[in-house]
Parts: sequence; C-alpha cells; structure tokens
Amino acid sequence: MNKYLKQLKEGVLDQNPVLVQLLGMCPTLATTTSVKNAFGMGMAATAVLICSNIFISLLRKFIPKQVRIAAYIVIISGFVTAVELLMKAYVFSLYQSLGLFIPLIVVNCIILARAEAFASKNPVLPSAMDGLSMGLGFTFALCILGSIREILGSGKWMGLQVLPDSYPKMVIFVLPAGAFLTLGFVIAAVQKIRNTVEERARKKAAQKPAEQEENAA
Amino acid sequence: MEDLKLQEQPASQEAPAPVAEMPPLLTVSPSPHARQGITTSHLMRDVIIALLPATIWGIYIYGLRAALVILFSVLSCVVSELLFQILLKRTVTISDCSAILTGLLLGLNLPPNVPFYVPIVGGMFAIIVVKQLFGGIGKNIMNPALAARVFLMLCWTNQMTGFPKEYTRLWWSADAVTSATPLASLKVGALAENFNLLDLFLGRTGGCIGEISVLMLLIGGAYLLVRRVISWQIPVAYLGVVALLTFLFPAGGADRLPYMVASLCSGGLILGAFFMATDYVTSPVTNGGRLLFGLGCGLLTFFIRRFGGYPEGVSFSILIMNTLVWYLDMAFKPHVYGIQRKKKGEKKA
Repeated sequence: MNKYLKQLKEGVLDQNPVLVQLLGMCPTLATTTSVKNAFGMGMAATAVLICSNIFISLLRKFIPKQVRIAAYIVIISGFVTAVELLMKAYVFSLYQSLGLFIPLIVVNCIILARAEAFASKNPVLPSAMDGLSMGLGFTFALCILGSIREILGSGKWMGLQVLPDSYPKMVIFVLPAGAFLTLGFVIAAVQKIRNTVEERARKKAAQKPAEQEENAA
Repeated sequence: MEDLKLQEQPASQEAPAPVAEMPPLLTVSPSPHARQGITTSHLMRDVIIALLPATIWGIYIYGLRAALVILFSVLSCVVSELLFQILLKRTVTISDCSAILTGLLLGLNLPPNVPFYVPIVGGMFAIIVVKQLFGGIGKNIMNPALAARVFLMLCWTNQMTGFPKEYTRLWWSADAVTSATPLASLKVGALAENFNLLDLFLGRTGGCIGEISVLMLLIGGAYLLVRRVISWQIPVAYLGVVALLTFLFPAGGADRLPYMVASLCSGGLILGAFFMATDYVTSPVTNGGRLLFGLGCGLLTFFIRRFGGYPEGVSFSILIMNTLVWYLDMAFKPHVYGIQRKKKGEKKA
C-alpha cells in the first residue's frame, strides 16, 4: 500500500507532469481560462490515462515493439472517443467550452509518455495507480493555473464572485498571453519550493553522519 | 598577475607599514584604457532631458492629471526596483536613473485619463517582470516600458484606448469626453476632411501624454543625436520605411503626401523611433544590425497598422524586433583583424 501512496506523491508533487516534467503544455495553456474548464479537462485526461494505462499494461506482451506507438494511439483514441461521447451526453456545456481540446487528448504527451515509460513495462495495478496519480497531478496543476487566471482575469472562482465588482479585471490573464505568464510564475514557484525542500533534506543528511561520528567518538 | 606580485614584494619587505599610502606601482587592467567618463546615469539623464519638452507639452495639453500619471508611473518603477533589489539582496541600482527613465517613458505612453492603478501596476510589471527577472539593467530582452504598455493594453483595453479630446485639462478626476485619435481615424478610412496636418505636427490632438507633439519629440530626438546618445541608423531606417510604404500605398484613396505625413505624425511612431527603439539594452550594437532593426520595425508597424486588429503597431513591432536583436548582431559580426574572410565557393583552403 505504501508503494502506491508513494506513487501518488510522485505524480502530484515530485514528478508533476505539468509543473516538473513540462508535458502536455498545449491543453494546460489553452483550457485553464477558468477553474471549471481546467477541472473538466484534468478529469477527462485522468479517465483516459487510467484506462489506457490498464489496457496497455495488459497488452504489453502482445504488442510488437516496432508498432507500439501506433498501437498505443489506437487504444488511447478509443478511450478518448468514449470519454468524448460521455461528456457530450452528461456535461454538454463543459463539452462545448472545451471544444477541440477533448479529441486532442489523443495526442496529449502525458498519456503517451506514461504508456511508453511506465505502462508498457509494469503490471496492471501499478500502471492503473500511475495513471491515477499522473492524472491527479495534471488536474492539480491545471486547477492552480485556472484559479489564478480566473480570479485575476474575471474576479471569479468556479463562477462565484470572489473579488468586489469594482475590481478592474485584468483581461490579459484570460488571454493566451496571460496563460504563458501564469505558467512561468507557477513553475518558478514550484521549482523554488522543490529546491528549498531538497536543500533541507541535504542538510539533514549531512548532519546525520556528523552526529553519528560524534556519538561514536 | 605574477609580474605584479614580483614588483610589489620588495616594496613590502622594505617598509611594511606605509604600503597602503604608496601609489600602486603598476595598474593591471583589461582594455579599454582610455575612458570617456560617460556612465549609465549620464546617458539616462540625457534621455530624460530630451523627453522633457514632450512631457511639458503633454502636461500643458492635458493638465495636472497627466503629470500625476507620469509621477505615479515613475514612483512605481523606482520603488519596485528598490524593493525587489533589497528583497533579493542584490546591489541597489536606482541611482543610475534607468528606472526613472522607464517610468517616464511608460507614463508618456499612457492616456492622461487612465485610472491611477494603471501606471502603478504598469511600473511594477516593467521593472519586476520585464527587467529584474531577466537579470536587471543590461540583461532584459525587451524594452521594459513598452512591454508594460502592451501588458496594460491587453489587461485594460478600454481604459487604455479612451483618449480624451485635446485641451481637456483634467485635474484629479478622469471624466473626460473621449474622442477618436488621428490614428484611429486613419485606420477607419481615409483622412478626415478637417484633418489639420499642422495640428498633428504641433501636437494639438488627442493621444497618449507624450506622443502627441511631433515637434517637441523631434527637438528631443535632435538633442540626443547631437549629444551622440543615439545613432541615426534606427530612427532613420524606421521612419524611412514607414514613410516610403505609406507614400507608395496610401489607404482609402487619400493623397499620397498628406497620408504619409499624417501616418508619420500620428500615434507613437516618433516617440517609438527616437526613444524606444534606440534603447541600448534592447537594440543591436552593430550599424548594419541597427539599420536592419529599424527596417524591421518599420515594416511591422506598417503591416500592423494597416492589417492588424489594433490601430497602433509601434509597441508591438519594436517588441518583436527586440527579441531578434541577437540574430541581427550575429549577422553583422565585425570582421576580426588579421583573419581573412572566406570567399564564396572557396571551402577549406
């Protein structure tokens, strides 16, 4: 069980697909104009990621090496079509606002990267867990970006007014240029946090042997 | 270094105490050895002096509020630079006047009736995001004032494009009758019938605080050229290309010459060509590169003005060319003395 928790932490924090691996930039920049869109996009990608990881892991011994990418794409696009039809049926407004970016999940590099790097080499259960944790990491990053952009750009969060009406909306944050700005700042902040955590860990590790030596002496 | 040590040693052996008072025996430093004594702050001060006529004219046309907008912009830039450098424990460089100049340029690029948060946020963006995050003075890729102007333009398009009529002297409040600028009327169609070219040249029109008076800007530009603060290549190439293109292709059946003059005198073209495109940090250092830089700015300005969504293209085109400066400089790399250039077709000797 501990192994799976570690995987989850890897996906959401240490190896976050968007903020650390810088994968899947296209949907990240395009669909984070509001938290609702960002969450919807994240969840759709997570669903596809889990299912495709499971299937690719199941078929990993049957797929010939030479045509594996094509085989992955076929599996992924199958699930994307299923997710697209489901969204059309049950969350039509979200489907409309995400538009083209749902079919584009097929070529989302996070999904292909996990298929190639993880699911094709690991058993089913860890692969499913990997899909879930990477998907949650993707959703988490998208929601952070979406929150910042929606609050600054339209004064709302999840469609609720959070800033007073007199707040002059900084429209640039809803525009593509604002997406790049926000992404840059969020990545910088995450990098800073990771560096300080690492630094602390290194200091602790350096202190421990010194203490042990002292104790021994 | 070793020579220096060898020479210093006997001196320190003879008299160890008064060494500090003795003049250094040998000064070892890399070239250049002859210096003019011109520093960054001298140059910045010259540019600020050159901008003063246009600033004063803007305040004369638009009243105290224009001065307040400029003041807030300058203060915001200086305070941002100070706080950022203190917080990051960097050397504080506000005394080189570059932040003041950025603030002044930004203020001159704003309409006089913007709410006061616009210059304040703009100044913060210019200094912190565009300048300091890239490493401070000398390392920024884009002109901070222009990048901030574009940021504000995209943020608050309505506030940034409602220009008051000329001679509406505003005080504290920003309520003003807005009117279309000459540039906007040029964009919509041909020259308006009551389009007075003399008014355009003298600056009796609506627009941003600092861009309206071509005469005052030319005085400032001439001062900079005479003082050799800027070189002629960028403004001449820039204005020349725009003049040529607008002369050859006047829009909406207007006469060639009036259309050309109106295009040159409206919008921020003169301000951009003399004061923004020539920024040392963000323009090429080679003469050929400068000519090409001006040419690119001119072409882009013409195309954005004619075919783009916004009436004004000066800031966008200068920013785009800013990002290409490195390539322009590489294309005109100076010939190294003593090395023969390879002729075409002649590969390895």
